[in-house]
Amino acid sequence: MTTIRSLLDPRSPAFLANREAMLAKLAELDAEHAKAVAGGGPKYADRHRARGKLLVRERIELLLDADSPFLELSPLAGWGSDFAVGGSVVTGIGVVSGVECLIVANDPTVKGGASNPWTLRKIFRANDIALANRLPMISLVESGGADLPTQQEIFIPGGRLFRDLTRLSAAGIPTVALVFGNSTAGGAYVPGMSDHTVMIGERSKVFLAGPPLVRMATGEDSDEEALGGARMHAEVSGLADYLAVDEQDAIRIGRRIVARLNWRKQGTVPAESLPPRQDPEELLGIVGTDLRIPFDPREIIARIVDGSDFDEFKPRYGDSLVTGWARLHGYELGILANARGVLFSAESQKAAQFIQLANQVRTPLLFLHNTTGYMVGERYEQAGIIKHGAMMINAVANSTVPHLSLLVGASYGAGHYGMCGRAYDPRFLFAWPSAKSAVMGPHQLAGVLSIVARAAAEARGQAFDEQGDAAMRAYVEGQIETESLPMALSGMLYDDGIVDPRDTRTVLGLCLSAIASAPLPEPAGFGVFRM
Amino acid sequence: MIEISSVLIANRGEIARRVIVACRQLGLATVAVFGDPDAGSPHVAEADRAVRLPGRSAAETYLDQQAVLAAAAAAGADAVHPGYGFLSEDAGFARSVLKAGLTWIGPTPEAIELMGDKVSAKRLMAEAGVPVLAELDPADLAEAELPVLIKASAGGGGRGMRVVHALAELPAELDRARAEAERAFGDGRVFCERYLARGRHLEVQVLADAAGAVWILGERECSVQRRHQKVIEEAPSPLAEQLPELRSRLYEAAGTAARSIGYLGAGTVEFICDTEGNCYFLEMNTRLQVEHPVTEAVTGLDLVQAQLRIAMGRPLTGEPPRLTGHAVEARLYAEDPAAGWQPQTGILHALEFPDEHSTFAVSGLRVDSGVTAGSQVHPYADPMLAKVISHAPDRATAIRQLAGVLRRARVHGPVTNRDQLVRVLQDRAFLDGVADTALLAAAELAAPLVAGDLERRYAAAAALAAAASDRAAGTVLADLPSGWRNVPTTPQRRAVAGHGGRHEIAYWHRRAGIELVDGPEVVAAGPDEVVLSVAGVQSRLRVSRHGDRCWVDGPDGSAAFTLLPRFTDPAAAAPTGSLLAPLPGSVLRLAVAAGDRVRRGQPLLWIEAMKMEHPVAAAEDGVIGELPVGPGSQVAVGDLLAVIVPADGAGAAAEPA
Repeated sequence: MTTIRSLLDPRSPAFLANREAMLAKLAELDAEHAKAVAGGGPKYADRHRARGKLLVRERIELLLDADSPFLELSPLAGWGSDFAVGGSVVTGIGVVSGVECLIVANDPTVKGGASNPWTLRKIFRANDIALANRLPMISLVESGGADLPTQQEIFIPGGRLFRDLTRLSAAGIPTVALVFGNSTAGGAYVPGMSDHTVMIGERSKVFLAGPPLVRMATGEDSDEEALGGARMHAEVSGLADYLAVDEQDAIRIGRRIVARLNWRKQGTVPAESLPPRQDPEELLGIVGTDLRIPFDPREIIARIVDGSDFDEFKPRYGDSLVTGWARLHGYELGILANARGVLFSAESQKAAQFIQLANQVRTPLLFLHNTTGYMVGERYEQAGIIKHGAMMINAVANSTVPHLSLLVGASYGAGHYGMCGRAYDPRFLFAWPSAKSAVMGPHQLAGVLSIVARAAAEARGQAFDEQGDAAMRAYVEGQIETESLPMALSGMLYDDGIVDPRDTRTVLGLCLSAIASAPLPEPAGFGVFRM
Repeated sequence: MIEISSVLIANRGEIARRVIVACRQLGLATVAVFGDPDAGSPHVAEADRAVRLPGRSAAETYLDQQAVLAAAAAAGADAVHPGYGFLSEDAGFARSVLKAGLTWIGPTPEAIELMGDKVSAKRLMAEAGVPVLAELDPADLAEAELPVLIKASAGGGGRGMRVVHALAELPAELDRARAEAERAFGDGRVFCERYLARGRHLEVQVLADAAGAVWILGERECSVQRRHQKVIEEAPSPLAEQLPELRSRLYEAAGTAARSIGYLGAGTVEFICDTEGNCYFLEMNTRLQVEHPVTEAVTGLDLVQAQLRIAMGRPLTGEPPRLTGHAVEARLYAEDPAAGWQPQTGILHALEFPDEHSTFAVSGLRVDSGVTAGSQVHPYADPMLAKVISHAPDRATAIRQLAGVLRRARVHGPVTNRDQLVRVLQDRAFLDGVADTALLAAAELAAPLVAGDLERRYAAAAALAAAASDRAAGTVLADLPSGWRNVPTTPQRRAVAGHGGRHEIAYWHRRAGIELVDGPEVVAAGPDEVVLSVAGVQSRLRVSRHGDRCWVDGPDGSAAFTLLPRFTDPAAAAPTGSLLAPLPGSVLRLAVAAGDRVRRGQPLLWIEAMKMEHPVAAAEDGVIGELPVGPGSQVAVGDLLAVIVPADGAGAAAEPA
């Protein structure tokens, strides 16, 4: 037992200011989440309800075990784009009949649940999570198909939707489709490719082509029921395995299907968990608005891990990166956390060694980002910072234990890569509202552009337009600042969601439990290199 | 002196336990007998020895004289205590006991016989100068003599009694009363007398020894009755307190009654009185009474011990004890006052009274019970769960104490009359000592204590406790916060059904705890306890769950709920038009056959339970489609009795094409 001693003073002006700023950011986040929850807005929601249908999140709530937790993924997909926030689909991990499942549910109040480019990216991400973590997949289908004006962007890549379903099935991960309404054209392959399908009498419509298209194609006159009604599929075509009488009945049957999957988690069984000794509420006041002011990541670790118990590795070497072992909700975990932003050669080598140690004993890793990148400058280049950074990136890229990434502060430059950024396929990646991520800080980036422009002007012997330069710098700084904010990144699906710092332990615990559905992959084949 | 060493108790339930305690205090061994449904009953476990009487019904078991006598012989008992009910007033049984060389703890068979026939007992008393209600001949009854009460000659306990308000009803009611008397007592004779709708029921406890000494141990008032059966009894009687001359006349009449038949042991002389001071002899019960504890409380005497001593030939010595204070007894029954006191059955999961009581203590708060947590309340016997008795220096205190104990009792299982008892104990007329036998006819007294907004609050506690216990039983993500959402959208919902109907409870799991969407502040919510706060005042509600049934106990009383499933399986729903058994029992007879056309309200069949006939009527017009039961079928609550295909419904047209 090595309990972290907290030096945080929750009455200090800095803490209080940080907390206030964080609460303001959380209020903004709530407002954006509310947009996603509103779906197509009150008019379409009312119309949907008037048809006796449940809203998408009501369907999910009914599907989940009562009072169990649910982690919604990518809720801000499409944020900042021309499309509705949320990508007209809801995805997430929840417990159904005692089994952790990945749920993908169309929101029919948003343009009839039609798929746009963000819908696709969000579902692809959900499929990846289901496959990597072996989570049974439940699709709650009600979609008008493709958003035709954007067909060029979605038609070709969209085939992956159906490919993923059958690959999940082939990997032994069951797929269940509950069809609530239209599931036509390409959408018909969701029930078509699922292992178990439930349709609702007089509600579900599943066909490749509706009556108008059939008439255009073959001249045949047909009605919807005969082409793709639930009863027809249950009794004639055999596409439906179960015929439900209404939505609650379909969900009831879906829950029974999951209850009979004979599902066993194949990963680690967690030990008993203890709550942290330090108050998670204080996570609101650790990270400031000015990311140039460093903070001690141990204060975060103390508020998220079991018993605030943390055994640090190499505490006296490369101390701008904290590494060590802890448990979270009973799961063993290795943690790498930036302490003073910059990664030097020592920190890089320490990280590479630590990652190898975790791989040797098959312990998952958590990366807590607050880095401005690898150190630059003559002395550091000559000391081999590229070589050492490459070691760290090599270790991260080829590590086979599950990785979790959490952006709490800055995540700039190659530091983002070394700390297992999105491109390094962490099983899950979340951000705090205080996080920022870009190739470099907005001020530095604008300054670099300015210096380059000034040098170019001087080389051409032209007078430098100081006024224009100031305007350019302000514009670029503004643009980069906006692009590096978590909502913009979340909108691009560069994370799996922005979380309230106080929920960190819950989110990570839920992810570790999901990860434990799958067996740990085989380790790579070298001994640990001492760095 | 007659030596006794081992007493067979020819009874069950609380009276058997009561007699066991008295025997133990006198150093006597005890032998219990039991029918099969009572095999696990406390009286069987507590007696020194127990003998099984094979069978289920009373007739097969406790009423089988030969079996009881054989049990006494087998277990080496040398005396028999009959308790009350069953064989206690059967002179033939008393004779058989004596003939077998055993000691009979009760009056002589002759005294039992003289008082056993209500008609001849009344004649005997009238001759001795005790006022009686005239016996009326049903054959030439005049309209002016109505209403009348039909009673079974061999009766007792309210069975076979029927009130007739119109001459036209008389023949049918006589038939029913005869049939009921025949079933209950094996003797179908009935008689009529004037019915005092608003009478006061008073009775005098007597104790007589073999030497002819007769003690009058005060009176009891038992005016609070339902279906001619006592529910609340007290000593002394408020009416006698108001009319001292009535009391002396009652004592005198009781003494006369006891002496005139050479009475021996404990007995009770019952009267119906009015507020004018008139009193009429009803009957003499030649046995211990259910309500004997109130007399024990005010006299300090142990009447069962006294019975045993007298049976051993000991005389009554000294003076009769002085009466002190006031005692009230409430009978807790498994019955539903809102549904005509229909008997209820099932498992009794909990029967707990607040700490102040002491089991079978003669003074203070006392609980006499024949059942314990886990007991099965079955349809073969009296549905009384417990008698709760308070004793205090004055009547108001005794009543308040009793009401408080009952309100805070934890009674989990079948529906009981507990709330009605509390309401009676808080009723103005009762508190003023002017309540009469018609009191319980008031519908408001059948209303539950926990209703309306209060019930909704209790329902919320039931739902929140169920949420906590379900989560605690979960195996996945069990130690994560319940109902956690990163994007909160809709509240959790749970539905429960209570007395007042369906309650849907919506609540949010917030960071700070649970928040009811429309309800009081939730201070704490665990599987066993929920603390709610209304305007800063906290109430602690204890919750117990057994399957989908749930009981909530709090300071305002208790409420029971059914936790409703989130989903309904359409295949499990009963077909429309189904008639389901409202109570457990056996089908007595059918009035219809499959294919018969029936009208709404028409009785289709009768179920016998607790020796009562319960008609089951058609809920709508139609044709009998299915009729899966026949005479003698045993049915449980909710069993399908019949399916009525609506007269105009599509179902009726479902004929082969």
